Amino acid sequence: MSKSNFTRRGVLKTGTVAGAGLALPTIFTAQSAAAFTNEPTGGTVTLGFNVPQTGPYADEGNDELLAQQLAVEHLNGMGDGGCLNTFTSKALKGNGILGKKVEFVTGDTQTKSDAARASAKSMIEKDGAVMINGGSSSGVAVAVQGLCQEAGVIFMAGLTHSNDTTGKDRKKNGFRHFFNAYMSAAALAPVLAKEMGTDRRAYHLTADYTWGWTQQESIQAATEAMGWDTVTNVMTPLASTDFSSYIAPILNSGADTLVLNHYGGNMINSLTNAVQFGLLDKQVNGKDFKIIVPLYSELMAAGAGENIKGVLGSMNYNWQLQNEGSAAFVKSFGEKYGKPPSNSAQTCYAQVLLYADAVERAGTFNPCGVVEALEGFEFDGLGNGPTLYRAEDHQCFKDVLVVRGAENPTNQYDTLEIVEVTPAAQVSYEPNHPMFGGDDASLGECNPGA
Amino acid sequence: MLGLNKKDSTLLIVVAVLTLFAPFILNPFPADSALAQFNAGYPDLMQRFVVFGIFAIGFNILFGLTGYLSFGHAAFLGIGSYAAVWVFKLFTYNVVPAVILAVIIASIFALAMGYVSLRRSGIYFSILTLAFAQMMFALAYSVLSNPKFNLTNGETGLQVYADDPQMFHRAGLPDLPHLFGLSMRATYDLDIGAWSFSFNAGYYLCAVVMMVVFYLSIRIFRSPFGMMLRAIKSNQTRLNYTGLSPRPYALAAFVISGAYAGLAGGLMAAMDPLAGAERMQWTASGEVVLMTILGGTGTLIGPVLGAGFIKYFENIFSKINDAVLHQWFAFLPDGMEDFVVFIIHPFVGKGWHLTLGILFMLVVIFLPGGLVEGGQRLGKWIKSRGKSEETDKAKIEPAE
Repeated sequence: MSKSNFTRRGVLKTGTVAGAGLALPTIFTAQSAAAFTNEPTGGTVTLGFNVPQTGPYADEGNDELLAQQLAVEHLNGMGDGGCLNTFTSKALKGNGILGKKVEFVTGDTQTKSDAARASAKSMIEKDGAVMINGGSSSGVAVAVQGLCQEAGVIFMAGLTHSNDTTGKDRKKNGFRHFFNAYMSAAALAPVLAKEMGTDRRAYHLTADYTWGWTQQESIQAATEAMGWDTVTNVMTPLASTDFSSYIAPILNSGADTLVLNHYGGNMINSLTNAVQFGLLDKQVNGKDFKIIVPLYSELMAAGAGENIKGVLGSMNYNWQLQNEGSAAFVKSFGEKYGKPPSNSAQTCYAQVLLYADAVERAGTFNPCGVVEALEGFEFDGLGNGPTLYRAEDHQCFKDVLVVRGAENPTNQYDTLEIVEVTPAAQVSYEPNHPMFGGDDASLGECNPGA
Repeated sequence: MLGLNKKDSTLLIVVAVLTLFAPFILNPFPADSALAQFNAGYPDLMQRFVVFGIFAIGFNILFGLTGYLSFGHAAFLGIGSYAAVWVFKLFTYNVVPAVILAVIIASIFALAMGYVSLRRSGIYFSILTLAFAQMMFALAYSVLSNPKFNLTNGETGLQVYADDPQMFHRAGLPDLPHLFGLSMRATYDLDIGAWSFSFNAGYYLCAVVMMVVFYLSIRIFRSPFGMMLRAIKSNQTRLNYTGLSPRPYALAAFVISGAYAGLAGGLMAAMDPLAGAERMQWTASGEVVLMTILGGTGTLIGPVLGAGFIKYFENIFSKINDAVLHQWFAFLPDGMEDFVVFIIHPFVGKGWHLTLGILFMLVVIFLPGGLVEGGQRLGKWIKSRGKSEETDKAKIEPAE
């Protein structure tokens, strides 16, 4: 069937072509002259907003996008300026960043690491983004943070609560404003002890990925330290939408407390299932059955409706906080979009402003300059009260809120009430804490790319 | 040339030219113009075109020739990726061993999965492969990734850390996948006037690999072995009655296409050293079926076209947001502008699936042979324009 007709001429020709083909790549090793990846040269600078627009965290993602657009408006001097007026660093003047007008591109992470990286890569390679912000899943955040480190751009994490993001997976080019699982546990434990006693038996349902694992580990450690027992821990896939098969076994397990290490659509569904099964009406071991949701958000509270009444959890920020920065942000967001911001919106807004401010102070878009400006930076006026960006792991340290589902909401946004504001000192930990990668975890070197 | 007839040689040359000059062909619009949105000539997407092209070529060897519709091919892609990333983690960032191991491991899995699945044909075969792939996905997503035994790192995806052993890695080599020192991310940007073209080392590596496997696929299509596979598709019972067992042939085709998928997975990890479980999900398996059907089942070039088509939509249309739309239609009066944006909005951005779905329906209904048939019809129409009607009528139609 095949005819082999190797002629001298044919072999020579093929050899030459193959040789040329092999030699071809060597001309690509030459690098362009830019000092760092995507150095903005024109009158504009592009930021990349990579948020989940589909998948279990889509609600959060869309709210983040609104906040990011608001931040860009404020940076460009449009609107009322929002937190630019209350931010303690006065480097930003409302004329863009370093005089360059801020533009942005958006992408859909689909709450999948692969898709998120593809989307971030296209922002970096095609649109020339100097900073990637957003994300609403720790799996995605860790994956995109790794990419940004390799590519030489800054990653300002959005909603990511896993200890790993600034723990064992910490990166020099990545920064997190949001709080983390350890902080949630540290803030929740004293309140739980006060309200539920110190001899509870807890059953954990955990989303099966980095965030769920560290969240569960942190809560288990904190609650066991105050005398609770852990009955068991069951992992549930992130893509699950029906949790009834996971709820039924709880009834016969002898547990009197359910800890839902779930977030977004997962938590709405699992909590709804749990309430439908009548868990909250049960009495086990002579105690009322209780449910805890360690990480709360307004969007989840709204989605779960009636079911969250009385359920305890923690938050990074709540629009009901009374301080100057919070008031300015809520007013600005509310006037533009007709609703109060969620805590994921606030963290993304703050991250964009913090990045812009760091560039102004550093006087350059070079990631290494930005890293230097952000490390050890202390600020206030963005809504969370006094905050420190710790140099050792690029984690923000600020007060953590313990909240409860409101028993008698006065309006549709008043779904959560603040139980306690836990001071930053109480939730702080050493950078080499064993839950954060121990002594092995290191930021590595800053990478400007190019 | 190279044992091919004239027609196939032309096809191979066309593919070679298209892939080598892709950076020019895919960036037809000046970088600053509004149409730059539609440029696809950036390294990541070009790499994806070629990698998924390889994946679809391999799938077509099984589906196009034997007619066995596998719904589990993404599993091999994922296995290839995991194998490659483990090589990066344990041994070296050099892509050659990683890609070779990816192919070997994927072939072994394909052999096992094919041996079991090929005992049934038709819909039962499809369901068996789907079940296998979902098992692989579940393994990768949760069973093999827990804090105690972490082979795949689950949702986050397997990636390389600074404290991984990397036995053969030494200073001076890039901290990224490389080919004997040439980083896969190395890109040379060529600016000509308002245009900007990127030449990426990783892309050209994938392109060369794709040309090689494309050539292999042509040889398989034209070989006696390929003829045997076609016989399985046209009438397996007749083949049985002639005293031939079709199963070894089908199994060989299954393993070959699994190896292609593993190669694609390995290259994917070589371009971006992360392996996520999602690339093994059944939606990913369905995607390659779509690619093949969209491009043209059983044709040589079809799957590559289909892969390019789908990846283009996924990456370009999904990034058109409302702000971009408003920019395009800014010339319209305010009310009209909002209206037009409102109409288009569901079809772009996160609604790209909708547009792709509609196009897929149109292709399947009006061009059952896929994009290749569209091309052929176009070619015929251009040729026949000059000729009179009578020559067409005089053509002798073969009787079925």
